[in-house]
Amino acid sequence: MDIAVLIEWIAKSAILIFILLTGFAYTTYYERRLLALIQNRVGPNRAGPFGLLQPVADGVKLIFKEELTPAGAYKAIFLLSPILTMVPALVIMAVVPWGESINLFGREIFLGLTDINVGVLYLLSIASISVYGIVLAGWSSNNKYAMLGGIRSSAQMISYELALGLAFVPSIMMAGSLSLLDIVRQQGDGFYLWSLLGIIEGGQTGGWFIFTIPGLFGAAIFYIAMLAEVNRAPFDMPEAEQELTAGYHTEYSGMKFALFFMGEYIKMIAVSAIFSTLFLGGFSGPGVYESTIPFMGITIGPWPILGPIYLGLKIVASLGLMIWIRATFPRLRYDRLMGFGWKVLLPLALANVFLTAIWVIIFQGFTG
Amino acid sequence: MAMLEQMEVTVEELKHLVSDQVAEGDTVLLNMGPQHPSTHGVLRLLLELDGEIVVNCIPDIGFLHTGIEKNMEAKTYEKAAVMTDRLDYLNTMGNNLAYSLAIEKLVGIDDVPERAQVIRVIYAELQRIASHLVWLGTQALDLAAMSVFLYCFQERERILDIMEMSSGQRMMTTFFRPGGLWRDVPVEFEEAVRDFLKTFPARVDEYEDLLTNNPIFIDRTQGIGVVDKESALSWGFTGATLRGSGVAYDIRKEYPYSGYETYDFEVPTREEGDVYARYAVRMAEFRQSMRIIEQALERLPYGPVRSNNRKFVPPPRSELGTSMEAVIHHFKLWTEGFDAPADSVYLPVESPRGELGCFLEGDGGPKPYRVFWRTPSFAHLQALPMMSKGHFVADLVAIIGSIDIVLGDTDR
Repeated sequence: MDIAVLIEWIAKSAILIFILLTGFAYTTYYERRLLALIQNRVGPNRAGPFGLLQPVADGVKLIFKEELTPAGAYKAIFLLSPILTMVPALVIMAVVPWGESINLFGREIFLGLTDINVGVLYLLSIASISVYGIVLAGWSSNNKYAMLGGIRSSAQMISYELALGLAFVPSIMMAGSLSLLDIVRQQGDGFYLWSLLGIIEGGQTGGWFIFTIPGLFGAAIFYIAMLAEVNRAPFDMPEAEQELTAGYHTEYSGMKFALFFMGEYIKMIAVSAIFSTLFLGGFSGPGVYESTIPFMGITIGPWPILGPIYLGLKIVASLGLMIWIRATFPRLRYDRLMGFGWKVLLPLALANVFLTAIWVIIFQGFTG
Repeated sequence: MAMLEQMEVTVEELKHLVSDQVAEGDTVLLNMGPQHPSTHGVLRLLLELDGEIVVNCIPDIGFLHTGIEKNMEAKTYEKAAVMTDRLDYLNTMGNNLAYSLAIEKLVGIDDVPERAQVIRVIYAELQRIASHLVWLGTQALDLAAMSVFLYCFQERERILDIMEMSSGQRMMTTFFRPGGLWRDVPVEFEEAVRDFLKTFPARVDEYEDLLTNNPIFIDRTQGIGVVDKESALSWGFTGATLRGSGVAYDIRKEYPYSGYETYDFEVPTREEGDVYARYAVRMAEFRQSMRIIEQALERLPYGPVRSNNRKFVPPPRSELGTSMEAVIHHFKLWTEGFDAPADSVYLPVESPRGELGCFLEGDGGPKPYRVFWRTPSFAHLQALPMMSKGHFVADLVAIIGSIDIVLGDTDR
């Protein structure tokens, strides 16, 4: 194997993990500041300028905390489960493309770890693994609150996985591919107005999928299901503070707790990235491809280096919406949540698949 | 193994309280509290759960026992007033009021000036709003609507500022004394209350926007913890908890005190008797309390704020330099205290939680022979097992929030 390819992979993985871990730290900061803004508070502003060093301080604190293992805990699994939660959250990002290829050191370097042709299936399968971490954490802690949290999360994630999977389908059908890179390319270059006209002119779907009717439904279902998938309010059942103190991670402290925390926030980033990729055009935006600004006739691009910036902005917007929802909504009850998942979301997602089929036939014709 | 044995002993001890299923392992015992985010203080609940459904709920109180009733018997009537603040720490002015009114009735002080009466009403209603704000915030927080909590505490802080303005304390005010007030309110008082009344209605609308029609909130509260009219009465419910079950019982209307009969206000009720009904009643009470405060501000007269009955009420500070008689009264009242007749008196007031009654029995000397507080939280808490049976743990949390208990009020 060409040694340069190996170096490229390792470098890209290292950079991606670094970005995710920093992203995790600053997602907590972003959440606390945004929540504070919504709630008329100040939020962390002591450590460093605007409190920007707060995540560092938190990290240091967690590292120096005493690690407690409760009596009667199943030690091996107790240790394993934070890792089981954390690792899938990291590897899920492997298939998300951050941009087209750029030329660096005389090599074509693809911005993104890999582009496998069944990327969407990979996402689904990896996303389901992390539930094991939570269930096992709840079971191995020898704590009734943790146990209840673990049971809740297994029930919740199973109910939402189906709707989540079906919500992928509109994008896949409209793009005609399971590869995330193809899905992004299909969504045009980000000039929405121009792309919308493109639908009518070119006879094919251009523009962000969220601007099509099945795409909009799909995005709504996906967003709700993904909130449940990452245990965010109003579906934060497994760790419902007011009911189960801290749910599955009640007995965890120090770095083990930090790993759960990281797993949750990195997963938030990951699902936001997937949401952006599937429905908001991923890394595409004005200038990523060679494109003409509507009504002005100026041609710009292609600047593929803008890709990561656009995707980053979309992730930040999606995270912001998650935080806003957390600040506003009460929590659903456990049984209602299951009912909502099975009786409302799943049928809607199924109906949306049919709607997409009709939409694709109308606007794209029989391509197969 | 050691743990298992320990467990069996526990089950054995509790056999008379829980069902037989526990011993067979079909249900599980869960200790909720006394350190738990949503038991509103130091309440311990022993829950018997079938999955997440509450089979049995055994409230265990006493973690905040302060012995205030007994302590009050060791102090003179005047000095025991400071202890009343510590009972229901969200309703300090109301506790002061019940105690002052009880003493006034016991010893027969009937010349409390009009200004004192009106200020008492204003503060009692402000206190009701402040207490309801804590209730609303924690009720919303129990259902995880966390922003409402902070919005509520922001407004509550303004009321506490108004209290601090007059009494020097945010919470432990001891502002109402037998025979009137500690001293007159400062000049900024009226404007501060008017300012508050100007902005607060919009805030209540905001809270309602966030919760009243929120489908998740409705789903979490309607049909939860239903208490019908008869059970509510027989369990000794009072206040908003009773009015949520459709009984229009309000002590301000039934046994008026401090001139409440002269104010124009309504007693909001709801028929459903569930968590949502109690929520709706308290939200309506915000507006009624504001109505009362507005009327009180309109009629706030100038004049003295303490009774002139020098045998029971200390003379104003200004007289001490000029009147020998005043010095004698002052000395007598603050050392020995006044003698109350060997008689008993029970005086209920409408606290934010319900009927708060003060029972005093004098023995002819300067200290009470017996003090008893009839507190609403205690009566409501005892019905918790009945209300929570068959509901989810998450609903139990909502129910605890809706009966608005204060543990200082329960364990006095």
